[in-house]
Amino acid sequence: MTTIPLQDRVRRTARRLALTAGLIAGTIGPAAAANLTVACSALGTESDLCREAAQAWADETGNTVEIVHPPNAASEQLALYQQLLAAESPDIDVLQLDVVWPGILGDHLLDLAPHLPDGTLDGHFPATADSVRSGDAILALPWFTDAAVLYYRSDLLAEHGLDVPETWDDLEAAAAVVQAAERAAGNDRFWGFVWQGRAYEGLTCNALEWVASEGGGTFIGPDGSITLDNPAAARALDRAAGWVGTLSPPGILTYAEEDARAVFQSGDALFMRNWPYAYALGQSPDSPIAGSFDVAPLPRGAGPEARHAATLGGQHLAVSAYTRHPDLAADLARFMTSEAVQRERAIAGSFAPTRPALYEDAAVLEAAPFLAFLPATLREAVARPAAVTGTAYNEASAIVYGAVHDVLSGNADGAARLAEAHGDLMQLSRGGRW
Amino acid sequence: MDRARDAGPLARARARTAWLFLAPALLVLVLVAGWPLVSTVWLSLTDSRLDAGHQARFVGTDNYLRYGPAPDAWDEEAGGYFVYDDATGAALLYRPDTDAFYDWDTGAALAGPVDRAAVFAWHGLLADPVWWRSVANTVFYTVVSVSLELALGLAIALILHAHLPGRGLLRAAVLIPWAIPTVVSAQLWGWMLNDQVGVVNAVLLDLGLIAERIAWTAEPATALAAIIAVDVWKTTPFMALLLLAALQTLPNEIYEAARLDGVHPVRLFARVTLPLILPALMVAVIFRTLDALRVFDLFYLLTSNADDMLAMSVYARRQMIEFQDVGAGSAAATAVFAIAAAATALLVLIGRIEPEGRR
Repeated sequence: MTTIPLQDRVRRTARRLALTAGLIAGTIGPAAAANLTVACSALGTESDLCREAAQAWADETGNTVEIVHPPNAASEQLALYQQLLAAESPDIDVLQLDVVWPGILGDHLLDLAPHLPDGTLDGHFPATADSVRSGDAILALPWFTDAAVLYYRSDLLAEHGLDVPETWDDLEAAAAVVQAAERAAGNDRFWGFVWQGRAYEGLTCNALEWVASEGGGTFIGPDGSITLDNPAAARALDRAAGWVGTLSPPGILTYAEEDARAVFQSGDALFMRNWPYAYALGQSPDSPIAGSFDVAPLPRGAGPEARHAATLGGQHLAVSAYTRHPDLAADLARFMTSEAVQRERAIAGSFAPTRPALYEDAAVLEAAPFLAFLPATLREAVARPAAVTGTAYNEASAIVYGAVHDVLSGNADGAARLAEAHGDLMQLSRGGRW
Repeated sequence: MDRARDAGPLARARARTAWLFLAPALLVLVLVAGWPLVSTVWLSLTDSRLDAGHQARFVGTDNYLRYGPAPDAWDEEAGGYFVYDDATGAALLYRPDTDAFYDWDTGAALAGPVDRAAVFAWHGLLADPVWWRSVANTVFYTVVSVSLELALGLAIALILHAHLPGRGLLRAAVLIPWAIPTVVSAQLWGWMLNDQVGVVNAVLLDLGLIAERIAWTAEPATALAAIIAVDVWKTTPFMALLLLAALQTLPNEIYEAARLDGVHPVRLFARVTLPLILPALMVAVIFRTLDALRVFDLFYLLTSNADDMLAMSVYARRQMIEFQDVGAGSAAATAVFAIAAAATALLVLIGRIEPEGRR
C-alpha cells in the first residue's frame, strides 16, 4: 500500500467513524450528519416559522440546523450577504433572498438544478418560477410571495359610514374625517395613514405603488429605458408629500415596516400600507385591533390610466455557492419551500404561498381570508425593475428613494427632483442600456 | 534612543533589549493597524468593486477628484465614456483618444460642437455634496458633543473627587451608560425618541414644554440634537472617570498650602488644578474626538439615512457596501482617517501651548 497523506487518512478514518455512528444511531445516510446554517429574517413571526420548518427537516434527515437572523431592513440584509459572499464564506448555507436579489447576487448563488429532482419548480406560479431561473440554472426556490395591501380599520370605517377607499382621493377624505373625529374623542396620537418613508428599499416599493397607480410607469421600463420623469409620477409624489404631518406622522420619514405596524396595531392609525405578514400578527389574541381590521387592494390614482398597483415582493431561498454541503442545503431549501411547509406558513403566519393550489385550501383561507383575493392582486402586481438593472439595482433604487425622500421631506417638488433623478439614472445606466 | 548612542555600552545594550521587548507589540501593530490602513489607501486608488468577477484597475486619484466624464461610464467595447447631455437629453460617446464626441447609438461623429461644460463635471469624493454634508454633520456633532462631555465630565469629576458619603456607589452608577454597547443604547434611545410611543415626547408633553409630538429623528436639526444628546449621555462617564483619575493623583500638600494662604477656590482651580490635570484632559479630549469623528452607529440607527443625515463613516459604508464600490468607499474611509489624524495633530499642538510658555 502506498503512503497516504496524513490528511486523507484522518479524513477517511473520520468518515468511517461517522458511518459507524450513523449505523448505530439507525440513520444510514450517504454522508455524515452535517450542520447547516439558514439565514432567515426575524420580521414578525418569521423567526419561529423558519426555525420549526428547518427543525422538521433536521429531524427527518438526522442533520442539525442553525438559524441566524440578518438585519430586518432589506438594504442592510443584502449588504450583509454581499460581505459574506464576497469573502466566499461558508458560514451560511441557505439564504433568504428578496425577489430582486438573484440578479444582484447571481454569481454567488449555487445553481440548484443539478442538486434537485426534475420538476421541483412545478406547482409554483409560472411567473414566480420564471423569476428564479437564469437560462437552465435555478438560482433560488420561491418561498412566499408578497404584494402590498391596504389594511383598514373596518370598525372605524363602519362607525363613520365610510366605504373602503377605491382611490387615493377616497383614502385622503376618509383618513381626514376619522382622524379628526378620533382626535376630538381624545386620542391625540391617532393618524389617518401609515406607510414606510425611511430612505431605504421599502420606500422605493411605496413610491412604485403611488406612481404606477397614477399611470406613471415603473421608473425604469422593461427595456431599460428611464421613465420616471413624467407628470403622473410628479403628481403622485407631491400627493404623498402632502400626507407627511397631516394624515401621516412627521416621523413617517424614518418608518420601516415594523414602525408602521407598531402604530397601526396599537390602534393609532386608520389605514396602513404593508405586506401580508402583518395580518396574522394583527389578528393574534393579544393584538388590540384583532377582529376590527381587514385588508383591501391599494387605492388607484385619478387619471385615465390609473390602476390598482401593488409592489410585487416575496422571498426566495437560495443556497450559497460556497456551502460545504450543496446537496443537503439544496434539499433543505426544497423542503422549506414544499407545499406542506408553505401551507403551514400560510396558516400560522399568513405568508402568501407561491403555489396556486394552496389558494383553494380551506384551512388556509379560513386562517387568512384575505389570501383569497391575492391571486387577483398578484396579477395586477408591479415588479420592481430589478431584472433589467442587474447588479446596478441597488444604486438605481437609491437614486429613486433618495429623490422620493427629498420630495417627502419638502426639500424639493416632485417634477424638479424627478428631472434630476432622471439625469442620475441616465448616467448610471449609460442612457438606459444598463 | 538618541541618548543611548552617546552613552556607554551598558546603555546601548539596554536600548537593544528595549527594542526586543517592543518588537512583538510593534509587529502586532503593523499587522492589525498598519496593514489594513495601507490596503485601504491602496484600494482607494483602484476601481475595485465588491461583486465577483471584476478585475480592479489602478485609477490614480480618480476616486477623490477628477474632471471629465464620469469614471464609471467607461465602456471597454466602445473605447470611450458614455456621457449624458442633460440639456438636450442626448446620449453621447466621448473618446479620449480622439478627444471628440460621437452619437452613442450610431457611433457617427457629431456635426455640431458639444458644450463640454455641460457634459463634463467634477467627479469623485471631493466633488460630492453629500460627502461634504456628512463631513459638516460629523464635525458639528464632534465639536458640540465633545465640548459638552468635557464640561459635564469635569463637573462630575470634581463632585466625585470631593469626599461625599456613598462616593463608591455614585462612581459605579455614573459608569452605567458607558457600559451599554452603543448599538443597544442607540436602539434604546430610538424607541425613547419615537414620535408616537416615545417616552421623551410623553414627558415633554406632560410638562407642557411642547404642544405636539416631535419626530425627533426625522428632521436634520432635531436628529443631530438627539444624536448629540445620546452621545453626551453615553460618554460623559468616560470623560468624568479619566479626569477623576487625574484629580486623584494630585498631591494634597498643594491644596493644604493654598488653604493656609487663603486662595479663592475658583482661583485655585484655574491656577493649580486645571494646569495639573491638563495633560490627562487633553488625552481624554483626543480620545473622544477620534471616537466622535468615526461615529457610525448613532447616525445609522437614529436617522432616516437620507442624504443630508449621514456621518462620514456612514457615507463610506454606503459607497462600499450598498453600492459595492470599494474604491469610492475606501477613498471616503481614507479621508475619514486623514481628518481624524489632522484633528489629533491639532489637539496635540493646542495641548503643548501653555499659558506660562513652559516646555
